[in-house]
Amino acid sequence: MGNKQKHLKRSIKEVNKKGNVNSDSDEEDDFMNIVNGEDIDSSDSEREIEDSEDEDNQPVEEESEADSDNISNNDTGEEVENEESSEDSESEETDDSEEADDSEEKEEGTSSNNEQTEVKETEKRNKLDKKQSKNKQANRNFIVNNKRENKPESTGNASENKKDEYDEHDTSDEEDIRNTVGNIPMNWYDEYKHLGYDWDGNQLLKPETGDQLDAFLKRMEDPDFWRTVKDPQTGQDVVLSEEDIQIIKRIRAQKIPDVTFDEYAPWIEWFTSEVEQMPIRKFPEHKRSFLPSRDEAKKVSKLVHALKMGWIKTRAEQEKLRAKKEPQFYMLWQTDDQSEEMRRIHKHISAPKRFLPGHAESYNPPPEYLFDAKELKDWDKLKNSPWKRKLHFIPQKHDSLRKVPAYPRFIKERFLRCLDLYLCPRAIKMKLSIEPESLVPKLPSPKDLQPFPTVLAIEYKGHSDMVRSISTDKSGQFLLSGSDDGTVKIWEVNTGRCLKTIKTDNVVRSVEWCPNAALALILVASGQEVLLINPHVGDILVNSRTDTVLKEAPKSNVIINERVRTTVQWAEPEDSLYKRGVRIILKHFKEVSQVTWHGRGDYFATVMPDGQNRSVLISQISKRRSQLPFTKAKGLVQCVLFHPTKPYLFVATQRHVRIYDLVKQTMMKKLLTNSKWISTMAIHPGGDNLLVGTYDRKMLWFDLDLSTKPYQTLRLHGTAVRGVTFHKRYPLFASGSDDKSLIISHGMRFVTKSPHRTIKASGKPRIFQ
Amino acid sequence: MVSKRKKKYTTGEGAQFMTRKAALKKLQLSLNDFRRLCILKGRARAVRDFEKLNRYLNNHPTLKLDHIVKERYPTFIDALRDLDDCLTLCFLFSTFPSLAHVPRDQSALCRRLTLEFVHAVIEAKALRKVFISIKGYYFQAEVKGQTITWIVPHHFSFTPQSKAEVDFKIMSTFVEFYTVMLGFVNFRIYHSLNLYYPPKFSAITQGENEKSLVDEDIFVAERVAGLNLPLSKTSNESVDEDLEIDNFDTGEEDAEKIEAKKEMETIKKLKTLFKGLKFFLNREVPREPLVFIIRCFGGEVSWDKTLFVGSTFDENDESITHQIVDRPSMDKQYISRYYVQPQWVFDSVNARDLMPVNKYFMGEILPPHLSPFIDKERDQQYIPPEERALYDPSVLEEQHKKDEKGDESDEDKEEESDEVSGEDDVEGEKNEEENESENTSQKLKLSVSTGEVYKEVPWEKNRQEQQEYRLREKMIKKKHRKLYKSMMEGKKDRAKEIWLLRKKRRLHDEKQAEEKKAKKKQGKSNSEFQKPSKKVKRIKTQ
Repeated sequence: MGNKQKHLKRSIKEVNKKGNVNSDSDEEDDFMNIVNGEDIDSSDSEREIEDSEDEDNQPVEEESEADSDNISNNDTGEEVENEESSEDSESEETDDSEEADDSEEKEEGTSSNNEQTEVKETEKRNKLDKKQSKNKQANRNFIVNNKRENKPESTGNASENKKDEYDEHDTSDEEDIRNTVGNIPMNWYDEYKHLGYDWDGNQLLKPETGDQLDAFLKRMEDPDFWRTVKDPQTGQDVVLSEEDIQIIKRIRAQKIPDVTFDEYAPWIEWFTSEVEQMPIRKFPEHKRSFLPSRDEAKKVSKLVHALKMGWIKTRAEQEKLRAKKEPQFYMLWQTDDQSEEMRRIHKHISAPKRFLPGHAESYNPPPEYLFDAKELKDWDKLKNSPWKRKLHFIPQKHDSLRKVPAYPRFIKERFLRCLDLYLCPRAIKMKLSIEPESLVPKLPSPKDLQPFPTVLAIEYKGHSDMVRSISTDKSGQFLLSGSDDGTVKIWEVNTGRCLKTIKTDNVVRSVEWCPNAALALILVASGQEVLLINPHVGDILVNSRTDTVLKEAPKSNVIINERVRTTVQWAEPEDSLYKRGVRIILKHFKEVSQVTWHGRGDYFATVMPDGQNRSVLISQISKRRSQLPFTKAKGLVQCVLFHPTKPYLFVATQRHVRIYDLVKQTMMKKLLTNSKWISTMAIHPGGDNLLVGTYDRKMLWFDLDLSTKPYQTLRLHGTAVRGVTFHKRYPLFASGSDDKSLIISHGMRFVTKSPHRTIKASGKPRIFQ
Repeated sequence: MVSKRKKKYTTGEGAQFMTRKAALKKLQLSLNDFRRLCILKGRARAVRDFEKLNRYLNNHPTLKLDHIVKERYPTFIDALRDLDDCLTLCFLFSTFPSLAHVPRDQSALCRRLTLEFVHAVIEAKALRKVFISIKGYYFQAEVKGQTITWIVPHHFSFTPQSKAEVDFKIMSTFVEFYTVMLGFVNFRIYHSLNLYYPPKFSAITQGENEKSLVDEDIFVAERVAGLNLPLSKTSNESVDEDLEIDNFDTGEEDAEKIEAKKEMETIKKLKTLFKGLKFFLNREVPREPLVFIIRCFGGEVSWDKTLFVGSTFDENDESITHQIVDRPSMDKQYISRYYVQPQWVFDSVNARDLMPVNKYFMGEILPPHLSPFIDKERDQQYIPPEERALYDPSVLEEQHKKDEKGDESDEDKEEESDEVSGEDDVEGEKNEEENESENTSQKLKLSVSTGEVYKEVPWEKNRQEQQEYRLREKMIKKKHRKLYKSMMEGKKDRAKEIWLLRKKRRLHDEKQAEEKKAKKKQGKSNSEFQKPSKKVKRIKTQ
């Protein structure tokens, strides 16, 4: 309740204020419209405040909602006037001084009844509300009413209308508000026995509603049944009065509900239609009100300029432009294949087409194309290097076309293709379309190149350790072999029988039979010693003659060089050794790795790889003299060879072969082997072809007449080549290597050469040295 | 101590601005260009003259790419040769929604141009090969002697791509060029076929009313997309693409010439492959590729009226010969037509003949779909048995027979062996003994034996040859050694691949045969199991 009182007070204050404003405005302005405006404003503000009270007020208006609109619409100004007067009377409480002004205004109002209705219509509702609230508060109402009654003279006929207002017209005010639920949909109470609450907070019970029969009886019996209406707020039946029915009838007939309203009242011209001779305002209109706006003119000129310049386009033009922007196609090429003369990219290489898909890309490929578990694993493994994959997608099988999904990498692939097209440089590449077999040279069949050894004929068994070196005598009847077990054995070639075993004190690294048929001599390199041995095989005459030749050392008075003496010492063998066949011993200062005879059998050369600049030594048997051909070391000497006919010496260091002229004492040639480490070499009996074997698996064939570079490089072996040799009569040469194979090649100068037979050797093929 | 003098504009408010000179240097512009830039980007915006700003921004010149097309492709043939990527990309873009760098216009234009191209191919009957890949539909057409292959992606091809993966701006630039190129190519093709270039339809009789109702452009565009109506021609002269091979009487005919003639005839036949056939596409079947193919080879095609515009007859038309269906079963079926799966159409085109329908009926397990792009000339490639059967139908039949026989014989054997295994063994032993005794008696009788024939050991000869070859290999020139090695390696790899595929196939076939057998057995055992129970019942009833 207290809340409501507060609201009421405020509304009353507002009203007072409004009164003030009204009076103020009256003083200032003659024009009613302005006043009206302000009135409206103030009333609005009141409404805002009172909206909070609407809950209470609405139910009162339930029936008179229409009334207040229609009836009060048509209420004469008097009624409104009365209200105003009542307000004014309230304001009198606070401000008596303005009473006179107010009364003035009211007089005016009464005189201009019709006009004021317009203004007041807006207020009326608020005021009605106020009245209701007033009614609610008995005390205050009484006071107000008393005051009103106290001043009947001031308001004139308004006081008379007061009763009318309460008794006849504005029945909505008198509506007893027994139900306090407010303006809510009443169906919320459908389920309850009560309808709401009265002012004391007690439940308002729903009146008993009769059944259909009751209703029927009522309809039949009650003469007022047709005008009985149910009040949703109270649930009571209300019988409409005659006036109400009159109003309803008039509304239905689309007439003004109020009977008393005069539709044809005389027209009051508030603003005269006649042309006034004198201005209403005391100053004339300003000039600028007759002139066009400069601002607008500026804008218009801007637009006109823009149109002229073509910056702004009319719609038709815009349409045209849009059509122009769309690509226009025409006959760009007049013929199919004849190009016109024009500037163009020269030597354009068009992009290669993409590979066409194979069976694996099918949506329903043959089953073998699908990945199995292992292939899938491989696929996953190459996740970080997808270019190594066999396929760029995983083949999939769908049993029906409708189940085929979109390919998720499609866009990406197209994008990559775009990148390829504009980022990859293009070049024309010749593609070989040859069979690999055509690259293999066509060689004569080995059958046509016979004879050459094909089968293992004899094995010479007897050595207990690795055989390092072998050699045959000039006649080819005997074979000489030196081994790590410290023995030298002489075999009969044809039978394989060991004729003789000569023991030495050290590892035998190299043996060679004397090429001179008149001498029965073998050279044996054993440790630091080189032994000249008479093998005592073959012709007895030759053997004995050899003995006699070597019996006496030739006397010479040449002083032996100090350098040579420290290198080698010639010695006569002891008796025990002599019996074994040793005729001369050469004691060297370093280990001897190789010995080789000169073609005539008088000279021989020895190689001491560790001998620095004294590593090569040439000795002469007839004079029992040695000499050191080189003063400087040119590298680690691997092996040396005498030219079969000319006085040349071939010296193989690690990487080169040097040829020295022994007569002129100069270097003739340096052969470039282009390999890392030479192991051995052999010279053709003709003397113009040299074979060099290397540890890096190569065999080099030098033609000494041609150049210092190898005529042929033969990579026939899988591992280091240890020994090479020529056949004495046939165009054959053999090579043995660590891969346990021996290859015999057929080589003809200026004729195609062919390797034609591999003999698998059982041991390391060092046997041929 | 004198502190170091501070430079101007290095701190404070001054540091927030840049001098004009500094800006020029940074942007590497001339003063003129800088002014222009200021006007374009700065001033108008700064003074909030948006009108001007818009004008500047909208007024940028658009480049025409016509001359570039001509420059890159001096002749029409050149353009056709390079059309593969163009078509594939355009077909892809025609499915795109509007993206940041792909304006709606572009994809719409792509759609229009590709449809026009497809129409041209239909009119020219230029399609040669088709293939359903997991990536999309491959089509290969032959225009003016150039083979053009393109891919049409499957439905819903657009998937959002991450920025690092795909740059749509680059692709869009490509498409910008390709649309221009494709437009000109279309124009020329249409004219060479005596067609109006923006395609027109000669007879749209039923749709006169509709036509007046809708925007004509849209109406035409829709019909174009339908692919089912013939385009109107500028003149009625038929364009004969078929060139006759000139016959010079040289007396003898080269093998090449004969081959070419044969090829021409098959293509002639291929062009009318579906002539006289009436197809109906069920709604689950992808419409566009199938309509394209069927119309290319002279067939009539239609679909459900509600599916898309342009259908020409209904499903209940009795003259339909084939209904293309991609579902396991259907309720209502017409007896007058074949219900085949879409693969039939593709396989028939690739085989250049109508394939037997029975393997492709609705609900059947389809035979593998093979690629038509395999180069038959290349050696060292795996040919699946299905493909071999295409060239030589007897192969597959034999295989089938073998399978069946194998199955039967195996079963027979098993059954028999179960029954009489014991007896057989005994008999066999006896027989052997008898034979031996006979032999010995014969030997004793004959005192003169025939001389032993020298038998050449076959593998020995082979070994010799191989050894010789290996020696020859060693004599390959150094120049060619690496090449030879790589070639041989490639050969080996290919051989291995073929071996692997063959093995996989064999295993698969064996497995399938086993399953089949197991199924059969199960079926049998079931039936056997049921039979006795029936008997029991009978007995009971008796």
